[in-house]
Amino acid sequence: MSRYLIHRFGQSLVLLILVSLVGFMVLNLAPGGPLSQFALTPGMSQADLERIAAQMGLDRPLPIQYLDWFWRLFVGDWGNSFRDGVPVLEVIGRHLFATLLLMISSTIISVGIGTVVGVMGATRRYSLFDYTATVLAMVALSIPTFWFGLVAIYTFALDLGWLPAGNMYTIGDQSFADYATHLIMPSLVLALVNVAIWSRYMRSAMLDVIDQDFIRTARAKGLPRWRVLYLHVMRNALLPMITLAGLQLPTLLGGALVTETVFTWPGMGRLFLDSLGYQDYPVVMGLLMFSAMLVLVGNLLADILVALADPRVRLE
Amino acid sequence: MSARRLTVRDLSVAFRTEGQLVPVVHEVSFTLDAGETLAVVGESGSGKSVTSLAVMRLLPPPPRSALSGEILYHHDGQDLDLSRLSETRMRRIRGDRIAMIFQEPLTSLNPVLRVGQQITESIRCHRPVSAEEARRRAIELLDRVGITEPEARLDAYPHELSGGMRQRVMIAIALALEPDILIADEPTTALDVTVQAQILDLLRDIQEQSGMAILFITHNFGVVAEIADRTMVMYAGRVVEAGGAEAVLTRPMMPYTVGLMGSVPRIEWAGRHGEALGTIEGFVPDPAQMPAGCAFHPRCRHVRAGLCDQTVPVLEEASPAHSLRCLRWRELLEARR
Amino acid sequence: MTIASDGQSVGTAWWRGRALRRFARHRLAVTGTLLIVLLTLACVFGPLLLPYDELHIDLRARFSPPLTGDHYLGTDPLGRDLAARLLMAGRVSLLVGFAAMLLSTLIGVVIGIIAGYRGGWLGNALMRFTDAFLCFPQIFLLLALAAFIKPDPLMITIIIAATSWMEIARIVSAEIRSLRERDFVLAARMAGASHRWIMFRELLPNAIGAIIVAATLTVARAILIEAYISFLGYGIQPPLPSWGNMLNNAQQYLASAPWLAIIPGIAITLAVTSFNFIGDGLRDALDARSDLK
Repeated sequence: MSRYLIHRFGQSLVLLILVSLVGFMVLNLAPGGPLSQFALTPGMSQADLERIAAQMGLDRPLPIQYLDWFWRLFVGDWGNSFRDGVPVLEVIGRHLFATLLLMISSTIISVGIGTVVGVMGATRRYSLFDYTATVLAMVALSIPTFWFGLVAIYTFALDLGWLPAGNMYTIGDQSFADYATHLIMPSLVLALVNVAIWSRYMRSAMLDVIDQDFIRTARAKGLPRWRVLYLHVMRNALLPMITLAGLQLPTLLGGALVTETVFTWPGMGRLFLDSLGYQDYPVVMGLLMFSAMLVLVGNLLADILVALADPRVRLE
Repeated sequence: MSARRLTVRDLSVAFRTEGQLVPVVHEVSFTLDAGETLAVVGESGSGKSVTSLAVMRLLPPPPRSALSGEILYHHDGQDLDLSRLSETRMRRIRGDRIAMIFQEPLTSLNPVLRVGQQITESIRCHRPVSAEEARRRAIELLDRVGITEPEARLDAYPHELSGGMRQRVMIAIALALEPDILIADEPTTALDVTVQAQILDLLRDIQEQSGMAILFITHNFGVVAEIADRTMVMYAGRVVEAGGAEAVLTRPMMPYTVGLMGSVPRIEWAGRHGEALGTIEGFVPDPAQMPAGCAFHPRCRHVRAGLCDQTVPVLEEASPAHSLRCLRWRELLEARR
Repeated sequence: MTIASDGQSVGTAWWRGRALRRFARHRLAVTGTLLIVLLTLACVFGPLLLPYDELHIDLRARFSPPLTGDHYLGTDPLGRDLAARLLMAGRVSLLVGFAAMLLSTLIGVVIGIIAGYRGGWLGNALMRFTDAFLCFPQIFLLLALAAFIKPDPLMITIIIAATSWMEIARIVSAEIRSLRERDFVLAARMAGASHRWIMFRELLPNAIGAIIVAATLTVARAILIEAYISFLGYGIQPPLPSWGNMLNNAQQYLASAPWLAIIPGIAITLAVTSFNFIGDGLRDALDARSDLK
């Protein structure tokens, strides 16, 4: 177990270095590199630019620049926002809660619905329900999240007036119920794609397990159908789903960005777009790296969870 | 005269593939008494496993399979036709009165549940006993199937046990409620030769103590010689030879049985009557494309054109309690003498 | 694998015929194909048949709802004909999606085949690099890149491809790795074939089914992702219309002119769904593993 974990940590570390390399590449790929945002400022002369470049250490060779950048990434010195001079990590920290709230509530919804739909599809394979669920899942995967958000706003906020059209709370209210009503639409919209993904994978994971010998054994023991399904099949089918949840994190984060934009939700995605608009470069890079690291940690956590839940991993 | 446990009459099974019903078992009949072991022998695809799964009612549900005939389970003076029982009543019999063990002990146990739970859940779903009581019984059972340190093993996961141990656990699960009938579907095939012998000994011991009936599915005549009282050879979904184990082993008459024995390694009966040793060429026919006449004729070395490929042989009694399905058995018997 | 292990050419024609039949039996895939053909035809020839071109501004006809006079789908805030804009946008969106697929498939195949065939240090490094790319949410990466480039269709295509090649690379490398030790590769090597020959002529054809499936799904994703970044204002720039940027301003007129938001969204969903259906049908038809299920 501990050897497996050390191995897995090592892998994540290697991946982190590679992720930082990709980030550094993006930073320098832009025409003009990290300086590009200054070049756009009116009244900036070539001499000014060179002075700033020297200040930022951009006249050093690339490998040195990278090592410096990686070191600062590592110790948490991610620079300051151009907009208000606040350290990048602090800016991100302020928006983290809103994004996590949205992602977690939408994950609960999509895992709940997706599991039920997937299990029903697997147990009634090739039925009308299964067929319909398959088709609807593919359509759900094809609907642009932001457009679905717009249609939802039009229907439930503008037309019916049941739910607020955006924001996280009403200024001056901020009760639990207020947060909850603001949360409903964005988390459902964000859940759409994930319900589709989760139900498809749940279905195929269930089918993989249902055909296994030990399920035949469980039935031969005379266990009730529900016990075979929920104890024997589900327990095994859920193991790969933990890994899947980790792998779906980038999609979830990307979806959150778009959803936050449509619903003016004050999270990291909204911050990312605002910062892009203001050319607040350190925050953009910070968010890019932060999201990748979040994914990295999420995948690591998923693997640890699988190791805890699956007795077979412990020996490896 | 011991009690009859099972009477199977004209059992036929067909599977639906691409909208068509393809028959895989044809009119199989046999009986099974308490304390007796009936070995069903055949290559893979002969229908022997399907027959055993049909008794357990573990075949795919009706639109995907079709079943006809009778499967009478004789219990407390009653004759229950298992093929017509409701799923709820069948479930109560499964694992309780009729238990089954399978070929692959590696994959037949749930990998994420502890061995103990897999034994106790079977007990507790059939009997209203406490968790401690079920655990106590599980320890007894593990002890009985020859597992040392049964208490410690109870908390092991299947992958922590050897293949032989896992099969012992499977047997413990099957014995948990002292069934009347045990169906063993190639329980030793995946095991080492020495472990094989141990498992067979164990099954024989348990049978002597409990008097349960065993339906033993195998493709290995060596195993038949070890354990069977009677034997039934199947080919392409039909019974082709049946009788006392000794009679069939020492005086096989159907060319398929003879060939099958020839293909068994480390066997002393093969070739006894001047038949050459050797395997049977070719494969079991595809159930969707059965040859006309005797299903075995394309592979039979005694095939006679115009006869074997046109007439379907019936099961005939060659001697009391020894029947076979061959058009030429009389000639072959003459020639052998 | 349907392909015989002793040589990949055995029964290729038979295999293709069977794949085609299986595809034709897949109702959703056939529907998807028809829809894409219709949509493409409409986008290519439709603008020629409509009474207005997509740039014609008619301020008197602003915010006409669908089916007002000749404006079958209504007009936008400048009084431009929505139907004409939708079809012109379709040209851009479909073209960008298709081109991005071609480019990302090329990148993915090259990286995947090198990683899978060479294995060892280089192969490992390439695959870990692919994993690193997969850690970034695609939209974050795209937007960060899009902020620095000239947002013309070509550059948009390039950055979409640059952020969506990973899946194909993984599929190809996994496929190649599993095939590398097969008999026909050893035979080819003993016959003196060069590595490049073995990689592209012997191994790649075996992975082609999986690549086609992944490529089809990549078109769907590329169209979707183009819509996302154009909607957010970093993709295709007006006046050139794309399905995404048509939705860009729609949010502010949601209450008064909902059709501005609804119609382009339906077009996107229709196109993406069709490609997903086709991909699903191709998977059933080409992927030998589906034989087992």
